[in-house]
Amino acid sequence: MIMNTKTEEKFFRVLMFLSTIFIVGVLLLIVVSVLYKGLPSLSFTMLTSIPKGGFYFGEEGGILNAIIGSIYLSLGATFLAFIIGWPIALYMNVYLVKHHSLVNAIRFVFDVLWGVPSIVYGAFGFILMVFLGVRASLLAGIITVSLFIVPIMVRAIDESLKSVPRGLLESALSLGSTRSEISYRIFSREAFQGIITAILLSFGRAIGDAASVLFTTGYTDRIPTSLLEPSATLPLSIFFQLSSPIEAVQDRAYASATVLISMVLVISLLSRFIGNRRN
Amino acid sequence: MNNKISIHNLCLSIDRQPILKNVSLNIPTNKITVILGPSGCGKTTLLKSLNRLTDLIPGVQQSGEILLDGVNILNGNQDLVDIRQKMGLLAQRPYPLPMNIYKNITYGLRISGRRNRQFLEKRVEHYLKMVNLWDEVKDRLKDPASALSIGQQQRLCLARGLAVDPEIILADEPTSSLDPISSKLIEEKFLELKSQYTIVLVTHILRQARRMADYVVFMYLGEVIEQGTPDELFNNPQHPVTKSYLSGQFY
Ligand SMILES: Nc1ncnc2c1ncn2[C@@H]1O[C@H](COP(=O)(O)OP(=O)(O)OP(=O)(O)O)[C@@H](O)[C@H]1O
Ligand SMILES: [Mg+2]
Repeated sequence: MIMNTKTEEKFFRVLMFLSTIFIVGVLLLIVVSVLYKGLPSLSFTMLTSIPKGGFYFGEEGGILNAIIGSIYLSLGATFLAFIIGWPIALYMNVYLVKHHSLVNAIRFVFDVLWGVPSIVYGAFGFILMVFLGVRASLLAGIITVSLFIVPIMVRAIDESLKSVPRGLLESALSLGSTRSEISYRIFSREAFQGIITAILLSFGRAIGDAASVLFTTGYTDRIPTSLLEPSATLPLSIFFQLSSPIEAVQDRAYASATVLISMVLVISLLSRFIGNRRN
Repeated sequence: MNNKISIHNLCLSIDRQPILKNVSLNIPTNKITVILGPSGCGKTTLLKSLNRLTDLIPGVQQSGEILLDGVNILNGNQDLVDIRQKMGLLAQRPYPLPMNIYKNITYGLRISGRRNRQFLEKRVEHYLKMVNLWDEVKDRLKDPASALSIGQQQRLCLARGLAVDPEIILADEPTSSLDPISSKLIEEKFLELKSQYTIVLVTHILRQARRMADYVVFMYLGEVIEQGTPDELFNNPQHPVTKSYLSGQFY
């Protein structure tokens, strides 16, 4: 069959349009169905109290334990991942400029690590905990999740450092800067918005992941008061409470989903907003 | 003539591809040396090898000697920060640092530990006046440097380079992204500055070379074909390639 270019173009345009509609539709469906179930149960008590009588059976109380736990966990993991990932990305782009193939190899490694499913990180964290004799705790969760998001952090910061022009590096070197001055005073500043976006992106991944915290952070009704206590998290709050036959318990799962999806949406929009301001 | 820099048999290759072939030349003190030649002949590479920016190129190999005040800067045990601080670089287009105008000028001073506020303020005014930028920016020193026009940015970059008190100015087609008026300002500045600085100017604008040069180096395909005073080179070129270049047969 011979298609002339006009029909061909029309065909692909329609195809693209339909797939876009489909994806947007699915996304809306997810958001709407979660909100439909979750919004009615989002009361003040739900957001400000911890479950009473055990999260799996108690009909009273809310999800404050999971909200606070998730925030602690994600803040801690994002902070740790930043402390590790930021210097790596700077090292790749300021120190290793001459070693192009090495930098590409490092990028490849982080891309592979980015693709490893989070349950694998969870299992790795668990093995490590058993080896060290540590119980499931906020600290173990923070370390595991930070390992899981370091590749995201590195590659996202790396992408924004990569776009810093070579001429700026040369100018800064000509002024007598050392590499570390260039890293922290110039490259980080030049790529500042990209770095903020990377942090938000990593935070979004950290807060939404269930598999990496399953064995490592545990689950509890209480709000942790130390890094060595286990902690509830929003994804596991959904996971554990949705399977309950008790409706009040299920409500807590839907409320958690609503809170989680709102947080992730806000973070995505924020990083989009910052990313756009860069241009 | 007193030579600030002498280059002996400089060879530079990238991934075994020769870029500079046996370059030997002298750069006289407190004069403007113009490097002339068609696109891709290695002018930028030669200029960057002077302050060892060529070290950044993947797969680069260099041999030969570059004597700065008689000391070879190619043999590895030199403090690169020291060498680079002696040479201000003005690139083809301006790269302002991601900070405000004031901090752009003081950056080089601050990283070498000079933080006295009054001292810095005096320096900022001095160097901005030197490049005729003071009147245009004195009320907005706290604005980001990127808010300036390209011509203003280029003058800012010149001032920033001068503020670290170099002995040599390396300029790579510094007017190529500028309008005629900004270009003229930069050219005039260079003519003034040469009493205090040794200037190496890369250009492929013949008329600019004639206006500025005290000494001319003509390069072609990675080699220095001819060098001499403007009178020798422009009015009496010896080599056929130089002749055809000067008569505009290729660029
Ligand atoms: N980073 C690099 N990697 C590979 N080749 C390079 C690199 N930099 C320069 N070259 C090559 O070296 C040669 C000389 O380049 P150079 O930039 O020095 O020329 P130029 O005389 O400054 O040209 P122009 O007038 O166009 O700026 C060119 O053939 C160029 O392709
Ligand atoms: Mg060039």
